[in-house]
Amino acid sequence: MKLTTAIATGLTLIASAATAEPLTVYAPDYFASEWGPGPAIKTAFEADCACEIEYVTGDLLPRLRLEGERTGADVVIGLNTDDAERARQTGLFAPHGVTIEGLTMPVDWTDDTFVPFNWGHTAFVYDTTKLDAVPTTFQGLLDAPDDLRIVIQDPRTSVSGLALALWMKSVFGDDTQAAWEALAPKIVTVTRGWSEAYGMFTEGEADMVLSYTTSPAYHIIAEEDLTKKAAIFDEGHYVMVETAGQIAGTDQPELAQAFLDFILTEDFQSIIPEGNWSLPAKLDPAKMPEGFAMLDMPDTALLFSSDEAEALRDTVVAEFEAGLGR
Amino acid sequence: MGRGTRIGIAAALVVAVVLLLPLGAVAWRAEGWDGLTASDWGALRFTLWQAALSAGLSVLLAIPVARALARRRFAGRGAVILLLGAPFILPVIVAVLGLVALFGRSGPISLVLGWFGVDPVSIYGAQGVILAHVFFNMPLATRLMVQGWQGIPGERIRLAASLGFDARDTRRFLEWPMLRAIVPGVFLVIFLICTTSFAVALALGGGPRSTTVELAIYQAFRFDFDLGRAAILGALQLALGVGAALSSLRMTLPSGFGAGQDRIVRRWDSAGWVLRLQDTVAIVLACGFLLLPIGMILADGLSHVTALPASVWWATLRSLAIALAAAMLTVSLALAMSLAALRAGWVEVVGTLSIAASPLVLGTGLYILLLPWVNPIALALPIVLLVNVVLALPFALRALIPAMRDLHANYGRLSSSLSLTGFTWLRLVGLPRLRRPAGFAAGLTAALAAGDLGVIALFATPDQATLPLVLYQLMGAYRMEEAKAAAIVLIVLSLGLFWIFEKGSRDAAT
Repeated sequence: MKLTTAIATGLTLIASAATAEPLTVYAPDYFASEWGPGPAIKTAFEADCACEIEYVTGDLLPRLRLEGERTGADVVIGLNTDDAERARQTGLFAPHGVTIEGLTMPVDWTDDTFVPFNWGHTAFVYDTTKLDAVPTTFQGLLDAPDDLRIVIQDPRTSVSGLALALWMKSVFGDDTQAAWEALAPKIVTVTRGWSEAYGMFTEGEADMVLSYTTSPAYHIIAEEDLTKKAAIFDEGHYVMVETAGQIAGTDQPELAQAFLDFILTEDFQSIIPEGNWSLPAKLDPAKMPEGFAMLDMPDTALLFSSDEAEALRDTVVAEFEAGLGR
Repeated sequence: MGRGTRIGIAAALVVAVVLLLPLGAVAWRAEGWDGLTASDWGALRFTLWQAALSAGLSVLLAIPVARALARRRFAGRGAVILLLGAPFILPVIVAVLGLVALFGRSGPISLVLGWFGVDPVSIYGAQGVILAHVFFNMPLATRLMVQGWQGIPGERIRLAASLGFDARDTRRFLEWPMLRAIVPGVFLVIFLICTTSFAVALALGGGPRSTTVELAIYQAFRFDFDLGRAAILGALQLALGVGAALSSLRMTLPSGFGAGQDRIVRRWDSAGWVLRLQDTVAIVLACGFLLLPIGMILADGLSHVTALPASVWWATLRSLAIALAAAMLTVSLALAMSLAALRAGWVEVVGTLSIAASPLVLGTGLYILLLPWVNPIALALPIVLLVNVVLALPFALRALIPAMRDLHANYGRLSSSLSLTGFTWLRLVGLPRLRRPAGFAAGLTAALAAGDLGVIALFATPDQATLPLVLYQLMGAYRMEEAKAAAIVLIVLSLGLFWIFEKGSRDAAT
């Protein structure tokens, strides 16, 4: 009896030593940084298991494709729906195996590779003290006087920029290039990423900036500044959903699965609003921070499925380039 | 061939390998070869003309400023020279916001124009790209040229004074030959820097019309994952660098001033009030253009510096360590390479080329090369160090090669007749004579390495973040004020390093 106890203890020790290897999670830089949701999520997950999460940051998709089967990732988090198809095509991902129900998102979820964890509408954010005539439709934005100044992100270098190009495609269809041409005189400039554009906006260089309907929440909650609002357009707003998936070749399938199962729990989801300044994929609205109730939200959500988005990608970028006179 | 020369040639070979292997690795991983599109050629055309114009303007505007700084002595001169270097080491994103704050529609210039009923100037478009590139690179041009002026021996200026030279004669017989010797190299370096820029070109270029080759490379990687195209474009950029380097070397003429005893002498030729006024205007305008944007953007960050979290200070320490290591390595390599460049001209070409190397191709190529052997993530900081050394070499060589040439011309025969070689030569001749350019090179490398975002973004895990990366993270999390505070820390760190190295080399010389 004593011997079996000793053996059992030994085995447990070996088992825990084996799981001591961290779960490697590839994440975008903003997610894993001290000011993103990553650290809180890591703490919450590690509280319930004898395990450790290690984030590796960088451009997810190019890195996965460079590494191929050799990838060190167990889980990848932060791929949005517009990138998901190409991620799926790498063949590196296993089915998520999570029962997805009760989502608090305006879109049906049928994807069996990627689990959604947060979402937000793309929108133009403005300063109420500086802009009086706020367009209420996308068409209205195109028709606005040319001294309305907006900053956007480049669809070729930025996920939010690509979301704008897809948004315009879903609103204007075959006339998208003409819509870009109408928008062109109002575009002050096109930046590489979100940070540059948002910085230019907060420095007063533009009246409106391409961002998210949830951006004002940061100003409301963290700065008690009520002057930033998102312009709501009747045609609807394109939705960006961020997802996570597990790598088929992982050496820790149970832990990877446990992490995916963790994503739609309240512990994880309640970190999203103030960690990522976006909307959780599944969280009782009563549990949202107060400031979020003050946000203006559109009635209509627009979204291309990941294969539609992939098929349209080259087209919408060509429309952007042609419409802006290149 | 001495030992130093052999080491220099070996170093140049290593640099060439570090530049070419990653390119080869990216090409090797390519899944298809579609060739270049029409818009790639458009990007090449835009890249070339904006880089040529930016470099030309930077050099032209730097000449009067460098001359004024070289021939005037005034209180705070050292501080002015130091601070003027700030734009060159500033993270792109901060500099762009600074320019926007000064020249943008709510900036003071538009405001003043508005008083006179003039429409605000638009800084978006080709003029914005060029403005930003001049803002970034004029400081470098100024610094390199101040070095040039300081290189004119005091004896020549005395001789000129005793011959009754006025400012025009000085220009013709002293300054012009000096400029002929250094301007082509300065132009080349700035031209190459401008060919690899893309975030600035995009943000101030006003949109897809201002697409550069580097943006096309980024797009090929990120958007299309077309490694074949990325490799072709990267090779094109390198070829451009070779062409530019060769032609600039052909245009460089040795100044031939001969040796001096390093006396600092008065400038008798430039005492008139017109010249005084001219120099004052040049210095004041340069300070306004280069320092105001930075001051305007960073002022709000000042009060947040003390509230920065500990992680920012850890990142600062990491950046400091990388900067110090990079400075030591780069200067040692550059000393050996500049010695080798006396005998083998190609060493200088190789050393200059790394500016033209696409950081993205370099980083990705290294990643591909390392992947089968080690976990590249674990080597993040050494790789960042390596890339920084390679990227800073051209600047160090720009300072050291002309000095080494003069040293060889003026003291080479004496050294040979005394059989001074190897470390004895380095201790008695090399280091004492090259201390100033070497200190400058070390300072510049340290400042650049501290401010470099470059490849760390490709490799890092969150606990390896450097200061520039933390700055971007803060900005990406809406924390603009804290990002500005981090930018202030970064500027103090970079300029502080620069100052210490330069001061150290100057004090040692007396």
